[in-house]
Amino acid sequence: MTIASSSPPSRLPVGGAAKARSKPRTRRTDVGENRGDGRLAALFIAPALLGFVVFLLWPTLRGIYLSFTRFNLLTPAEWVGLDNYVRMVHDPIFWSSLKVTVEYVVINIGVQTVAALAIAVLLQRLTQSAMLRGIVLTPYLMSNVVAGLVWLWILDTQLGIGNEIISAVGVDRIPFLADETWAIPTIALINVWRHVGYTALLLFAGLQAIPGDMYEAARVDGASEWRMFWRITMPLLRPVLAVVLIMTVIGSFQVFDTVAVTTAGGPANATNVLQYYIYGSAFGRFQFGYASAMSVALLVVLSAITVLQYRLTRAGRTDLG
Amino acid sequence: MRIRLRTLVAASGALALSLVSGCAQGGAAGSSAHTVTYWLWDANQLPAYQACAKGLEKENPGLNVKITQLGWSDYWTKLTAGFIAGTQPDVFTDHIQNFGQYADLKVLEPLDDLGIKDTDYQPGLAANWVGKDGHRYGAPKDWDTVALFYNSKMTKAAGLTAEQLNSLSWNPKDGGTFEKAVAHLTIDRNGKRGDEPGFDKNNVKVYGLASNGGGFGDGQTQWSNFAASAGWSYLDKPRWGTKYQYDSKTFQSVVQWYFGLAKKGYMPPLSDYNVQSNQANTQVAAGKAATAFDGAWMISTYAGFKGRDIKTALTPVGPTGKRATMMNGLADSVTKASKNKAGAKKWVAYLASDACQKVVGRYGVVFPATKAGTEAAVAAYRKKGIDVSSFTKPVADKKDFRTFSYPIASYSADMTALMQPAMEDIYGNGKPVSSLDETNEQINLILSQ
Repeated sequence: MTIASSSPPSRLPVGGAAKARSKPRTRRTDVGENRGDGRLAALFIAPALLGFVVFLLWPTLRGIYLSFTRFNLLTPAEWVGLDNYVRMVHDPIFWSSLKVTVEYVVINIGVQTVAALAIAVLLQRLTQSAMLRGIVLTPYLMSNVVAGLVWLWILDTQLGIGNEIISAVGVDRIPFLADETWAIPTIALINVWRHVGYTALLLFAGLQAIPGDMYEAARVDGASEWRMFWRITMPLLRPVLAVVLIMTVIGSFQVFDTVAVTTAGGPANATNVLQYYIYGSAFGRFQFGYASAMSVALLVVLSAITVLQYRLTRAGRTDLG
Repeated sequence: MRIRLRTLVAASGALALSLVSGCAQGGAAGSSAHTVTYWLWDANQLPAYQACAKGLEKENPGLNVKITQLGWSDYWTKLTAGFIAGTQPDVFTDHIQNFGQYADLKVLEPLDDLGIKDTDYQPGLAANWVGKDGHRYGAPKDWDTVALFYNSKMTKAAGLTAEQLNSLSWNPKDGGTFEKAVAHLTIDRNGKRGDEPGFDKNNVKVYGLASNGGGFGDGQTQWSNFAASAGWSYLDKPRWGTKYQYDSKTFQSVVQWYFGLAKKGYMPPLSDYNVQSNQANTQVAAGKAATAFDGAWMISTYAGFKGRDIKTALTPVGPTGKRATMMNGLADSVTKASKNKAGAKKWVAYLASDACQKVVGRYGVVFPATKAGTEAAVAAYRKKGIDVSSFTKPVADKKDFRTFSYPIASYSADMTALMQPAMEDIYGNGKPVSSLDETNEQINLILSQ
């Protein structure tokens, strides 16, 4: 309503004294109304801005400050300079947590992206059924904790139905969540199961934006589905794929709940991912200063990876048109 | 437009204020001059303490006790958050494991004026709740010990009588009669027992002894009774010690023997254990294990396993000639930031009295800390057809038994964080027990801060 009543400069009077005299009045009105817009805009932005400052900006700045302190939450923080960072560099559990986290991300994102892409392409090229799309999304409707617990019970070495089946066919039981080698891949795949449908739908939305006539033209030229996938689908999906990758990689680095309910970081720190180690240091051991330092390290790692991904995948540009 | 804007601003301001005040009200957890808020984690005990609350309210008209029960894992997180946000309860059930940490953080109110006497309670329970500074921070509430739960159908089939199971002994060299019994109770896929030639340790159908994991730094239901009956102690002092003793050769020989039971196929490997899905009691319930060391807090759980006919036996006699079990006691503590300290102390004094503990005992869900309360509990268990003598004998008979407390020291969370992976590495990954030397050094370094 406000926008319609204020004329853009190009529509201002073009000639004549009377019209020229009316200019200042018009401008005053414009300025006045713009002020009104500004306030209204500020009002509408305020809740989001307040949320951003209170829940993101302030905690981030405070977290960075706390990383230079010894702090147990209940007594005042004590400035210790770089002590927490020095400790972090010399802490073997931190490095093993980082290694375990990277291992998780590589398996989780690698499998999830390939599977999601395959599902998205199949959904687009073979069927447009909304019901199928709904089914694909079903695991995502379950909470991470519930999904983790259900898989924990299925995969339990001694009692899980999964291992009962494995044992029944004459194969040795597999300690999926209780063995150093198996635990991280298992947790990564549990989360693939839960998130792949959602990722597939994001990619599916990206595929919808690719003009159908491109495929028609390619088909006329005798291109196979495989060739069309590599020459049309992949290049034109790249910006969407890049954004999805950036989002999922960040989410993957923050894995916590599935670990908390299935392995609690064990056995012997084999699944002690960085977020779990940070949580344990802060809320178990009351070492909020050290936990903040590790959080800052995670922030730096994630920022670097995101920038790198953005550059490498040219996420901001499209090859379409 | 301006009026509208102002109205909008005013309305949103009012909404924000009402939300904030709403939060504040919720945050105060209902605390007031006439109300005492109380938290506990054991749902089985809730009716017993509700009955106690009625008793206090009857004696003190106008005073109201509001009890909240939270599951074990949420309990400590919420309590910590409560201390930070000022929404903690007035009184809460405290565990020795967290006592040191909360005492260091100075979030507990001294309870010296309650006049708690050691002699009013089972031995050692009251003294454990005195901090490094000499002040009392907890009033004894209950106690538990550890015994050997066994599937009597399986022991009968193995030809082991209750008398035999109650007279087992062990040593770290050959495991003694205890290891022999556990081996005999173990059965492989082909029906061969653990002590028979041709036993296949890699394909075990029923384990002689269930696994409760690596046992962190306390080994309460794992290795602690063996280590203590070999003469070992966690720390250099019974309370507020300054040096842990995981580097002791005695301790390391016990750990080597104990986890060695898994290597021999008599106890499940670490990979079969899961704190969420497959603890020792689950293994017994599922018929995958014949016996399990577990605490008195599990009596009702084991008694409820249909078709298993679970009974209990004493912990085995160790190289010192004594049996041993951890005797852990909970207490009620008042928070320093409580808004109703007078009411809170009144409630704690009542909780620690015979009047309340006898009521709790009659529910037969826990052993209260006072002698009369314990007697009431024993009678209640008997009424349910459960013999609890394996848990009560160690407390009454100091000649044949050694009872010891959960390690009481500062930085217990750090100790646990370091010991958990260290023990799992030995149990699950075959790391040598001598690796505990380094872990012990790290823990003692933290303790010396």
